[in-house]
Amino acid sequence: MIKVDRLTRTYGGFTAVDDVSFTCQPGRVTGFLGPNGAGKTTTMRVMVGLTPPTRGTVTIGGLAYHEIPNPGRHVGVLLDAGAQHAGRTGREILTLGAKTMGLPASRVDEMLALVSLTDAEAKRRMRNYSLGMKQRLGIAHALLGDPSVLILDEPANGLDPAGIRWMRDLLKGYANRGGTVLLSSHLLNEVELVADEMILIGRGKIVAQGDKKSLLAQSGPAASLVTSLDNEALVRALQAKGYAATPAGEGLRVSAAPVEVGRAALEAGVVLTDLRNGARGLEDLFLELTAGTQREGHPDAATQLTDQPTPSQPQQGAQA
Amino acid sequence: MSTTSPATPPSPSMTLDVSGTPAVPFLRLVSVELRKIYDTRAGRWLLGAIVLITAAIMTIFFFAADAPDRTFGNFIGISATPQGFLLPVLGILLVTSEWSQRTAMVTFSLEPSRTKVIGAKTVAALVFGVLAFVAALVVAAVCTLVGGADGGFDDVETKLFALFLGLQLLTILQGLAYGLILLNTPAAIVTFFVLPIASSIVFSLVSALQDLAPWLDLSTAQAPLFESFGGAGLTGEEYAQLGTTSLIWIVIPFVLGWIRVLRAEVK
Repeated sequence: MIKVDRLTRTYGGFTAVDDVSFTCQPGRVTGFLGPNGAGKTTTMRVMVGLTPPTRGTVTIGGLAYHEIPNPGRHVGVLLDAGAQHAGRTGREILTLGAKTMGLPASRVDEMLALVSLTDAEAKRRMRNYSLGMKQRLGIAHALLGDPSVLILDEPANGLDPAGIRWMRDLLKGYANRGGTVLLSSHLLNEVELVADEMILIGRGKIVAQGDKKSLLAQSGPAASLVTSLDNEALVRALQAKGYAATPAGEGLRVSAAPVEVGRAALEAGVVLTDLRNGARGLEDLFLELTAGTQREGHPDAATQLTDQPTPSQPQQGAQA
Repeated sequence: MSTTSPATPPSPSMTLDVSGTPAVPFLRLVSVELRKIYDTRAGRWLLGAIVLITAAIMTIFFFAADAPDRTFGNFIGISATPQGFLLPVLGILLVTSEWSQRTAMVTFSLEPSRTKVIGAKTVAALVFGVLAFVAALVVAAVCTLVGGADGGFDDVETKLFALFLGLQLLTILQGLAYGLILLNTPAAIVTFFVLPIASSIVFSLVSALQDLAPWLDLSTAQAPLFESFGGAGLTGEEYAQLGTTSLIWIVIPFVLGWIRVLRAEVK
């Protein structure tokens, strides 16, 4: 439904988005992941026509954003929950949106109820809202026009744990009914739980994309962490099967999937007290793929305002 | 949970069915922009101030002026000054608050045609200019009826109304233009007030420029308008001077501001 095709956006010598292509399918939640300043927001801003692309195109349902009549009825957008007039009440902000889209006033009440903003809260001015309340209001605004596509930038920012879970359920349900959802985040765990498809971006470039399984498949060889009542016997059993086992804390790190370790333990008659998957998780993958783009230990990338393009680090994701 | 169900049912197609959705009508945008003028506390204060100051200045004039001067035309003329100061601020805020409060992101996502949005804002600001004019008429009529000179309505002329209103609307367009070109509330307001004064000083001090002043300096060209409230209209030359100065100080900045907004990256 959303198709980003070879999108590039430069600011002077700085390339914020570099030849990015991906597609978001209807009925799926697509997570857009990357460290701060990786180009997520710029990409989303180009999608809705707020930033002109330097090269490349974005279409939503086959149309450029400005070609969509009354776009609020088709595409729900939340780019920055704070980008609302501080002096307007929450209800007034939704009312302006509803009026622009030509929706009845009752829609405002429905949306307020949906995002659990009470009447009293809706009458408060935006400047008195907490970040979580702003996010709820922003989500209500995005859903006002009953759109079939949702574009949300960091929607979970500032929500409490219950709020994050609420939003997860909301987006899952929305996609299950056929909607297209693109949400960005710099928090992997948040996206991992809700996204069917993930796009990892670092310093303007896509470093990996796919569903969780296929991403994990490229994250390296199988490994397990195991602790038993007789580690030495277990090591012998594993080595007999050709697996390497090295001590790790109270237990062992084994270069085999948990199922193989369990089988070896069963055959050797060793009692296991703990057996876990030791393969690197998505988080390790995420950090590794975006390693060259993290701010930590990489002063060149510390600011988006860098004039000189930083020398490109080898993208480990490219060969993965 | 029908409230969040997508408008289109799940379909294998990747296209958006927009056949049933008409574009946002222009008048609806105007009504939204009108609402934006008075739905914040700042906006309501400004509107209240315009009405109160207009009424106050007429009352002061009522007591200060000699009885024969208390004519309808003079009451209208006196209200032009405060309205000419405050209405443009309304226009400036209508544009610049979208950028200072960053609501432009929302406005332009709901209506990607920035030209339509600027047009709607212009119409909305002009509507308020007309409303302020009507308010001035009402207050002036009341003042004249209550204690005006004998035959206080004798100087009533359609031309007078047209000139007064025209000046008001031009000043609002000027405010909008500086708002569009600067996209920053304090800068636009300062420019709106300081630039004409600076220009007047330059044109009155530099002797070589004095002859050109009516053609190039906005306040010099507008002076006959104020003077004409009491009576005579403008000469053809004065209209031409009003035209050139309006082009330089209002139309060209407006067009440049328009182009700036079309090209700006909305942050």
